[in-house]
Amino acid sequence: MTAVLTRRPGLSGIRAAGSPLHLICLALVVLVVTAAVLAPWLVPHDPNVVDLGSALAGTSADHPLGVDAAGRDTLSRLLLGARTSLLGPLEVVAFSTLAGVAVGTAAAWRGGRLDSLLSRSTELVFAFPGMLLAILIISVYGEGLLAPVIALAIAYLPYVSRLTRSLVLAERARPYVSAYRVQGHSALQICLRHVLPNIAPVVLAQATINFGYALMDLAGLSFLGLGIPALTPDWGRMVFDGQTAVQHGYPLSAILPCVVIVLTVVAFNVVGERWADRVARRDR
Amino acid sequence: MSFVVFAVRRTAEMAATLFAASFVVFGAMYLAPGSPASFLLSGRSASPEALAAINSQYHLDDPFAVRYFAWLGNVLQGDFGRSITYRTDVSRLLADRLPTTLLLIAMSLTVVVLVGLFLGGLAAVRGGATDSAVLVATTFAVATPSFVAAVLLQGLFAVRLGWFPSGGSGDGPVDMLRHLTLPAVALALYLIGMLTRVTRSAMLEALDSEHVTVARSRGVPERQVIRRHAFRNSLGTILTTGGLVVSTLLVCTILVETAFSVGGIGQLLELSTTTKDFPTVQAIALIVVALFMAVNLVVDLLLPLADPRLTLGTRGAAA
Amino acid sequence: MNTTMNAPATQAGTLDIRGLRLTLPGTARPVLDGVDLTVAPGETVSLVGESGSGKTLTSRSALCLLPPGAVTEGTVRVNGDDVLTADADRLRALRTGTVAMVFQDPRAALNPLRRIGDFLTEGVRATRTAARARATARATELLGAVGLDDTVLRKYPGQVSGGMLQRVMIAAALMGEPALLLADEPTTALDVTTQAEVVALLARLRERFATALLFVTHDLDLAAAISDRVYVMYAGRIAEHGPAKQLFEHPRHPYTAALLASTPRLERTGGRLSAIEGRPPGLSTALTGCAFAARCPLATEVCDERPPELRPVPGHPEHRAACHHSELLEGSADA
Repeated sequence: MTAVLTRRPGLSGIRAAGSPLHLICLALVVLVVTAAVLAPWLVPHDPNVVDLGSALAGTSADHPLGVDAAGRDTLSRLLLGARTSLLGPLEVVAFSTLAGVAVGTAAAWRGGRLDSLLSRSTELVFAFPGMLLAILIISVYGEGLLAPVIALAIAYLPYVSRLTRSLVLAERARPYVSAYRVQGHSALQICLRHVLPNIAPVVLAQATINFGYALMDLAGLSFLGLGIPALTPDWGRMVFDGQTAVQHGYPLSAILPCVVIVLTVVAFNVVGERWADRVARRDR
Repeated sequence: MSFVVFAVRRTAEMAATLFAASFVVFGAMYLAPGSPASFLLSGRSASPEALAAINSQYHLDDPFAVRYFAWLGNVLQGDFGRSITYRTDVSRLLADRLPTTLLLIAMSLTVVVLVGLFLGGLAAVRGGATDSAVLVATTFAVATPSFVAAVLLQGLFAVRLGWFPSGGSGDGPVDMLRHLTLPAVALALYLIGMLTRVTRSAMLEALDSEHVTVARSRGVPERQVIRRHAFRNSLGTILTTGGLVVSTLLVCTILVETAFSVGGIGQLLELSTTTKDFPTVQAIALIVVALFMAVNLVVDLLLPLADPRLTLGTRGAAA
Repeated sequence: MNTTMNAPATQAGTLDIRGLRLTLPGTARPVLDGVDLTVAPGETVSLVGESGSGKTLTSRSALCLLPPGAVTEGTVRVNGDDVLTADADRLRALRTGTVAMVFQDPRAALNPLRRIGDFLTEGVRATRTAARARATARATELLGAVGLDDTVLRKYPGQVSGGMLQRVMIAAALMGEPALLLADEPTTALDVTTQAEVVALLARLRERFATALLFVTHDLDLAAAISDRVYVMYAGRIAEHGPAKQLFEHPRHPYTAALLASTPRLERTGGRLSAIEGRPPGLSTALTGCAFAARCPLATEVCDERPPELRPVPGHPEHRAACHHSELLEGSADA
């Protein structure tokens, strides 16, 4: 039995789009991450300085990407926004991957009631789309990035735990595991030292794919004004701020974050899918 | 007959999951710090009338289990309680807004199915440059959140070109369709990408199977091979995405209705979340989950029609 | 290979393949390399070889069913018409009528989601505008001929056994009243008990409907049992061909001889089974001489230098072998 990555449908086959696309996307991922890390030193302006006098001005030497309706520098907000926009998904992915691997491994290793409990709750979580769960929790907890991150992590957890479960089941059936058992190694030792390193590439590929989805979901929430605190620059929030300007015929301050969001998600999806395909081919 | 057993079992499973989901939706408010009453009225002046309404709706004086079942009983009778913000029955709010949302979703679904199946089939059958173009296009489509699509479409077609109104739901059927066109397209974009890819890979798999070669070797015209062998055999796979498609549509209406100020339940959910109108949030969350599961149930029951092997209980060696 | 005059038959064969060379992208040698093969009207011809020898490709070329990217040279004629250059309409007429194929695995060959009745009638209904009722009547008649009744028409492939499905496959092949029937290892995917039945059925029907039959198999005994003439294929080339009895009793190619020696036989108890050493040449290396040279006990320098041509065996003009040393095998029944 070979375990298959639980991609959400629609992504398999990106590899066919050719390898130049993959290289560009890899470069884009590096660029976006670098920008996010170095943002505080790169920004030309304070992202929250309001200058109503030059509101919606076009590109200029001082503001290479223009300013928004409140006269804030778009480039600075995009750079600093990269931090919030990438950090949120990173937390979602980290949490859902760690918890998912733990739950999936336990279910596969123990089996029995724990396993059936897991599959029941998986079905329940699948009934709640990530955004809906997030909105439900935000409506209880209110502002702050924590509530949506936890909600999305819970929503994404089953994707990881189901994958891990099938991988561990396959791994456990292999002879080396019983060999270690006979030698008296504990289950925990075997899992940590041998099983997890073996399944890590597949799980990490899944995590990369989840990253793009988490980014889209979190950007959507902050577009709704949920989650991200008001003054923090964030791509989704920038689209919301720019929408009024769009309606008045000044689309630049909204289009730029839109483009950045789409390109970043494309980049992470393509890199993740490519990775998943390579892992899948290696296993075959 | 085994199909009846299967149908009954699936329905029971769905009811059980829905029951658990309702528990989650109800229990969520106990996660909030402070007493439920203070959470439910958060920030608002607690008029005796409002407090009494809350108390009677949630039976806050009773033990938890009693509260839950009382609430659930009301919900099953269509009584979702009173909206704290709008000071009216939630069911009234929903009745006003649900038709708009359902129309929007129906329009969007139509676009998704027509365009997605067509593009996916085209890419699989033509291959080559067509396939590459479709793949690149869908790579971007599945990376475009619906609110991004909404804002971009609004800027281009409503503001720059002026072909469509930039917001609102319109009055009367024709006007409504005009108002909902851009939102429907914005809502459809991501799912078109997804369905195109699902269709493409299912069709490719089917076209690669031996029975397609055999049909061709027997002189069956290519159009029939594609329709009766490739597309027919892809239908099962395509159908299984039905639940995901509909739940994505429901969730993304929140974003799109907000972006276009369409007065549907998506916008209502956004407004009630920001105003902490929990009864309304509860009701909409339940409806979304229930619709998602209903669609999944329908898909499960339709699948045996698309694939007779499922009811026959016999599986061929190769598909 | 136009130096050798091939088929002794004077009239055009039902199937007449000449100099067929088929190259696939990314391979060093052609998958088929100058194949000549004829099947006369009403004749049963077996094409024998290991998997990968090109026997399936050869038989499929009669329907112009070629793998994507294949480049062909030579001609494949069915009743005088060149198949490889036929336009779409001619090709469809050929596939619905003149030539039909019985495929190896009936489970894979029938669409599992469509009823058996649809499978039987879809080919003829596609072009001949035969009324549904007429097509169904013919299907019922042919099902009777293969020993099935018309209740299977309403069934799905998953509901019947593999042996029954292969009978359906045979009935389907006969729907268009073909002049040539191709059978590509029609028994390999079946239970041993049903294999014999299917072969007997094929032989009986071939006689009743007077079709020519090209039977592709790796089973030498089976080939000997049912066919008039046999072609032995190795690495995309014809190694030897001739009348079945003559070829099996007096093989003139070391490969045929080795194949015969490696076939287990009941009457030869105690005898040793000799496997053929080595493996057939892969597609990634070009061949300079005889394809079998590397595994051949008789090989000499000349075998590596130039490929042998098919030459008639002295005294048996219809028996030809492509071996530089075929005279060394003279007189030996099985080497």
